[in-house]
Order: sequence, then C-alpha cells, then structure tokens
Amino acid sequence: MSRAQSGVRSPIVYRHFRKNSGMRLFFQTIIARAYPRLIGQQREKSWMFFDVFLPLLGVAAYVFVYRAIGAPEEYVGFVVIGGAMTAFWMNVLWSMSSQLYWEKEQGNLALYIMAPNSMMAILLGMALGGLVATALRALVIIVIGSWLFGVEYEVSNYLQLFVVFLLAMIALYGMGMMSASMFLLLSREAWHISNLAQEPIYLLSGFFFPIKNLTFWVALSASLIPLTLGLDAMRQLVFPSGESLGFLSVEVEIAILIVLSVIFLIGARYLLAYMEKLAIQEGRLTESRR
Amino acid sequence: MTSVDHGTSTTKIRNWTRSFRLAAWLGWQIESNWADPFLFAIYSLVKPISGAAILVIMYSVITGGDFESPIFPYIYLGNAFYIYVGAVMTGISWAVIDDREHYKTLKYIYVAPIHFQTYLLGRGVARFIVASISVFVVILFGVLFLDLYIDPAAANWPLFIASLLVGVIMLALLGLILAGLMLLLVHHMFGLGEAVAGALYLFCGAIFPLEVLPPFLRWVGYLLPVTYWLELMRRSLVGSVAEAFPTFENLTDTQLFGILLGLTVVYGILAFVVFRICEKKARDRGLIDVVTNY
Repeated sequence: MSRAQSGVRSPIVYRHFRKNSGMRLFFQTIIARAYPRLIGQQREKSWMFFDVFLPLLGVAAYVFVYRAIGAPEEYVGFVVIGGAMTAFWMNVLWSMSSQLYWEKEQGNLALYIMAPNSMMAILLGMALGGLVATALRALVIIVIGSWLFGVEYEVSNYLQLFVVFLLAMIALYGMGMMSASMFLLLSREAWHISNLAQEPIYLLSGFFFPIKNLTFWVALSASLIPLTLGLDAMRQLVFPSGESLGFLSVEVEIAILIVLSVIFLIGARYLLAYMEKLAIQEGRLTESRR
Repeated sequence: MTSVDHGTSTTKIRNWTRSFRLAAWLGWQIESNWADPFLFAIYSLVKPISGAAILVIMYSVITGGDFESPIFPYIYLGNAFYIYVGAVMTGISWAVIDDREHYKTLKYIYVAPIHFQTYLLGRGVARFIVASISVFVVILFGVLFLDLYIDPAAANWPLFIASLLVGVIMLALLGLILAGLMLLLVHHMFGLGEAVAGALYLFCGAIFPLEVLPPFLRWVGYLLPVTYWLELMRRSLVGSVAEAFPTFENLTDTQLFGILLGLTVVYGILAFVVFRICEKKARDRGLIDVVTNY
C-alpha cells in the first residue's frame, strides 16, 4: 500500500500545504465563495446585458410616465437612482435570500454543511461577491440612464454619500444573509415569496418616488428595509431639491442604518446557527422537496 | 370527406381538447397548490395592486391627486390590463422551463400521445384565471378608492368581450413564439420572458401615450398588436380616453378591432411557423430533455 493510499502524507507535500483552519479558513472561504460571483459571472457576458437591460426598461417606462404627467426633471433622476438600486434588491432577493434554497435544490447544500468551513463565511462570500458584481451593474444603469434621460447630479457631501451607500449595503446584505436561513426552511414557497417581494417592496421603499409621500408611519415601517433610508439619503445628497423631499435628515438615516446593519448581521449569525442545528438534528433539511 | 378522414379529424380534436384540459388542470395545480387558498389569494392580489399603487402614488405626487384627468384612466387601465400580458404570454413560455428544468418532465410530456402546442397553451389557462381576478380587483380598487370613473351603462360591452377574447388569443400566440425559443435556449431562458414583457410594457403605450416616446421609437409600438388591444380595452370601458390623446384619434373602434384581428392572424401564423422550426431544431440537437442547471 502506498503512503497516499494509507492516508500518510508525504513530508514534502505537507510542507507546501498548511492546514487551513480558524480565521485563515474563514477568509479563504469568503474569497472562494465570492470568486464565482465576481469572476465567474463576468464570463457570461450576456447576463450583464440582461442584468442591465431589464432594469433599464423599467426605468424608461417610469421616466416616460413622469414625462407624460409633466413632472419636474429631478423626478427622472429619482427614477434612475431607484432603478439602479433595484439591481441590489433583486440580487439580495434571488442570489442571497433564495441562494441556499437553490443550493438545496441542486444538491450542493449538503456539501456546504459537511465541509469544515463556516456557513457564515459562505454567506459573507456570497454577499461580498454579489455586492461588488451588482455595484458594477448598478453603475452601468446609472451611467446609461443618466445619459439617456439627461439627469444632472449635484453632490452636496461625498463622504456622507459614501457612508450612506456602504451602510445601506451592509444592512441590506445582512438582511439577505439572515433571510437565506429563513428561506431554507421553505420549499416551493421560496420562489413565490421572492417573486412576491418585488413590486410591494418597490412601492414601500419608494424606489420610484420620494418615500416622504407615504404617510409617516408607513415610511417608518418601510425603513426596516435598508434600501428605503439608503435611497432617501442618497437622493437628498445628489439632487439639489432632494433635501426638501427627504423623509428624515441624512444624519438620522445614517444612525438608523448603523443600527439595522448590526441587527441584521447578528440575526444572520443566530439564524444560521439555528438552521445548522436543525440540519444535524432532523437530517432532512438538505432534502429537495418538490 | 371519407369516414376515415372524419375519424382522424375527430380523434385530433379530441386529442387537442384532452391535451388542453389536462394541461389547464396541471397548470392550476402547479400554480396554486404550494399554499393554502388564503395565502394564494393574497399572493395573487398583492403584486398587481402594488404595481398599480406605485403608478398611482407617482401620479398623485405630481398632479396633487387630480384623478379626473383623462391621463389617469389611460395609465391605470393600461397597467391593469397589462397584467394579462405578463401572465398569459410568459405563463405559456414558462411551462417549458418549469417542465424541463424544475420538474424534469418535459421529455415524458413530449413523447406522450398529446398535442404539444395545445398542451403549452393549456398551461397558460391557470395564469389567465389568476390574472383575470387580479385585473378585476385592480380595476375595482380604482373605481372604489381612486375616482376611476367607469359607467357600466356607457361601456361598450360587446367590444370589451370581443377585444378581450381576441387579445387573450393573441397573447397566447405570442407566448407560443416565446415557448418555441425557450426550447432552444439554455443560458437566457429566465431573462427572455421578462425582457419581452418589459419591452412590450415600454413600447406598446401601456402606461403613457405613444407620443411621449421619441419619434424614432414610436413605430415599434405601431407594429405590436398589444398596443391596439390595450387601446380597445380602454375605449370599451371609458370612451372619453380615446378623445384625449392623438395616438389613435383618427381610427374608429371597428378599424382598431380590424387591425388587432389582422395582426393576431399574422402573429398566429408566425407563432406556429416559429414554434415548428424551434421544435425541430430542439429535437435535432437533443435539447428537449436537457437540464442546464442555470
């Protein structure tokens, strides 16, 4: 029996491969899971087309509605920004929340759970890769939409804009990580719930109009979805009339986004632990139930 | 006609009817049995009402709630009836993906003694029923809460029913074209239906008059049967909408209906030709039972 067959590693080979564990394994897992989203996804160029083209169709339709009813031009800008942010919502919905469900359907989930890496790291990798890849698409939507419809921006505070975007994304993807575990407990409902959570969220989060136009309590409730306040704050910071149409002041919105980020990330960790416990106890969580 | 011919025709019709009926039943089971009826009803209504509410809020923010302007019924009714486009057209084409990729049963259905095109058309029935309820609720919501004025006595019901019937057939035929293309697609099947529905939403003047589009894009709308169908649906319920916008002011209801009918025949022929070509290619390339995992 050779050394390899007997399970004894050659000292020469062993020198080159350090045992992966702890933080090293954690970060390697993040990078490994982010890789297919960042690099792999770019290989299929046609996906980029659909990811940009579909939101642009919606943006164009809403822009023409505003033009048909004689809206001020800044509303066109509101729609372009809102349309670009739909890319993030769609990514969180279909590639974060539903992702573990898809993995279960395709038989990968069992491998994820058996592997010696952290599920939290896998979710973080998905979030990181999805965030960067979607940011590229959102940027393209903003550039093309702004060019097509002649949108002009006047950024009042770049630092605040960067902080708002970052916090909104951390909270949003934290929410996606949290809901990934919840979606795993669903079966066919997962697809339907993701499908359902599009238009109602576009409505409640004010993707195509200022959220201030909903009543205070509705807008406040909708603020649980990080994009609501993120969008509102970004519009306040990039359009001259944005501040007058804002729901809360940018500072307050930043503070709420910080709180949401912490809650969602902790919630994600807690729910993931619960889901792993269920997987071990019941032994049927990875079953594909059609 | 010989007795053999008669027998063959009867068998064919019986086969088509059976394929359609069973596909409709199967479609309904797939669409509705994932949840209890209450949850299913909420699911079926929340999405279209939210879509309409987005437009209503956009409209009321700008106009200060002037729901009596003719542009409001134009937008509201166009959006409401557009629910059929997404449901019927993409519903039929989605059956290919559902059966091939999700349930992995397309190969069995394909070799079963049924009429395949009729089966796919039947799969759209469930979504048509759900869409009809959604359209009714959205319009009722508009009438009850948004000053959408529809006078049942003044509405042209024969035109409404005839347009609805022809329109649904036309949408089913468009769905068959998409279904044919889906048989050949592996990478873009999820995007195709949405892209076509999104493009139609933009170009057929569903939620804004075609005059708002740049002139070089308007001709796209004039080539689409959905444009004429939506105009007829609006006119049949609220006649005054037609007078407020110049798009089709020179065309009578009969002329519009004639154009819709003509375009439906053209798209119908196109649908069967495209489907047959795609089906043959899919069979030759071994794509009928392919599972792409995309």
